Amino acid sequence: MSITLGNVEHVAKLAKLQLSHEDKENMVEQLNNILAFADALSTVETDHVAPTSHVLPISNVMRADAPKESVSLQLALQNAPDADEGQFRVPAVLDTGSEA
Amino acid sequence: MSLLKQSILSINKKLAAREVSAVELVNASYDRIASTDSQVQAFLTLTKEQATARATILDAVLSGGEGNAVLAANPLFGIPMGIKDNIVTKGVRTTCASKFLENYTAIYDATVISKLNASNAVMVGKLNMDEFAMGSSNENSAFFPTRNPWDLTAVPGGSSGASAASVAAGQVSFSLGSDTGGSIRQPASYCGVVGVKPTYGRVSRYGLVAFASSLDQIGPLTNSVEDAAVVLESICGHDAMDSTSAEVSTPRFRDALTGDIKGLKIGVVSEWIGHGVEVGVRDAINTALKELEAAGAIVEEVHLPHSEHVLGTYYLLASSEASSNLARFDGVRYGVRAQGVKDLNELYVRSRSEGFGPEVQRRIMLGTYALSTGYYDAYYLKAQKVRTLIKQDFDRLFETYDLIVGPTAPTVAFSLGAQFEDPKTMYLNDICTIPVNLAGLPAISLPCGFSKEMPVGLQMIAKPFDEATMLRAAHAYEQRTTHHNVLPAWKGGNV
Repeated sequence: MSITLGNVEHVAKLAKLQLSHEDKENMVEQLNNILAFADALSTVETDHVAPTSHVLPISNVMRADAPKESVSLQLALQNAPDADEGQFRVPAVLDTGSEA
Repeated sequence: MSLLKQSILSINKKLAAREVSAVELVNASYDRIASTDSQVQAFLTLTKEQATARATILDAVLSGGEGNAVLAANPLFGIPMGIKDNIVTKGVRTTCASKFLENYTAIYDATVISKLNASNAVMVGKLNMDEFAMGSSNENSAFFPTRNPWDLTAVPGGSSGASAASVAAGQVSFSLGSDTGGSIRQPASYCGVVGVKPTYGRVSRYGLVAFASSLDQIGPLTNSVEDAAVVLESICGHDAMDSTSAEVSTPRFRDALTGDIKGLKIGVVSEWIGHGVEVGVRDAINTALKELEAAGAIVEEVHLPHSEHVLGTYYLLASSEASSNLARFDGVRYGVRAQGVKDLNELYVRSRSEGFGPEVQRRIMLGTYALSTGYYDAYYLKAQKVRTLIKQDFDRLFETYDLIVGPTAPTVAFSLGAQFEDPKTMYLNDICTIPVNLAGLPAISLPCGFSKEMPVGLQMIAKPFDEATMLRAAHAYEQRTTHHNVLPAWKGGNV
């Protein structure tokens, strides 16, 4: 499989990254180089091999569903780029200029 | 010789004899940083005020009646340490060497930091790295590249390059790094120090900024195997805050350092000492193998049949996990936020594009592609299956052998800028270290000689949770050789 400029644009959108045209073209070349390693995996017979989800023999780890002390509001907001009234402030999610 | 090049246990004895104080140890660390770090460039943040205050309290403890009892129970008491900047430290800037977190101050301590604080070690600062631990040279730091104390025109390795360089330069007694595909062992090899990647689950990852969660482990970089054993005793153990942390007890690793490896069965991976390995590296490894045989070990050549698929498997899995883990960096709750955006989506896109460097963006792109509709089965799922085969290669070898060994890296440290333009060449450097993370195994890199006057690392890999055997063999080798006593020299003077 070979990655195209169209693939790169689609994936950048999914990854929420904005690339310049030059970056996109570089990315096509570099990702194709790296994917050459990945494509070689198709030659390995894995029909009866289970995927490794975890290297240790453990499955879901549960704890008691009991409330305990958490991070304070003040600490949680300490690194916020923009905070107001105890909340993270962000730009409008919906277009406020159009009909609701 | 720098005070901090002496063993942790010998410094402990000096503290007990009142030949040195905790404040003097901290001062020795900052003096050494002042005289060498303009050249090595290991530290991103220094915490002199906190470290001095902490050392003053420790000296007060020493002058009390219980002083020597506390020292005997805490070998790390007063020992200056450096911490890789992807391990969170409460109230101290934690950047992951990324512009995205340039002004981020952690609001809690990682479990390893809580443990080391309880052991009374003293953090002197935070260490540079490749951005978000993605890289093999430290050149991917958003701030500046760290240099190798053995040759200031060479890289220290990565991603824990500064963790290795700071120990090699005698700036700290030990440091912590993290290892996802070799990020502790490869820089340890390049800088001529000891580096340990523990078994997956041995050390809590709580407070380690996640790169690839199924591969990441925290571990120590030290001047000797004994020092590594001492630090490991402090940082290992089950942690309820990390659901992948293993419920196993922590042995007293120092007790394993008997010097006796008679009859130990060691397999040498032939794929790692053949084609593509620097001649001087191969010679150093072969000489080390003879030394292990002379010590009574049985050394035989073995194969890892899926070696050629290690890189493909790793880059698919690590990048996929990274693309998911780094989704949290959205410019809303912490980190940089792009200015002048018109809506939330643009805030995400511009903050991430402005905050992440090129290598991080490349891995996010690769991982997002591997996980996207239509490619998941061919890439991510396929890699998870090949991972099983790579793990089974090791399982089979460990039915016969106690340890698997080889070089840590196929070359010695390369020049700054040498491989920056070609990510694929850079990735090949990790060929001997990556399979260990894929299989979740413990491994150590220790100095075993020189090639082109630069240090070579010998890698030893053990069964899951059998760090003790690995440390025993590494220590036995170290006792029979002098490589670890050779110190780097540069125009700034001897270390």
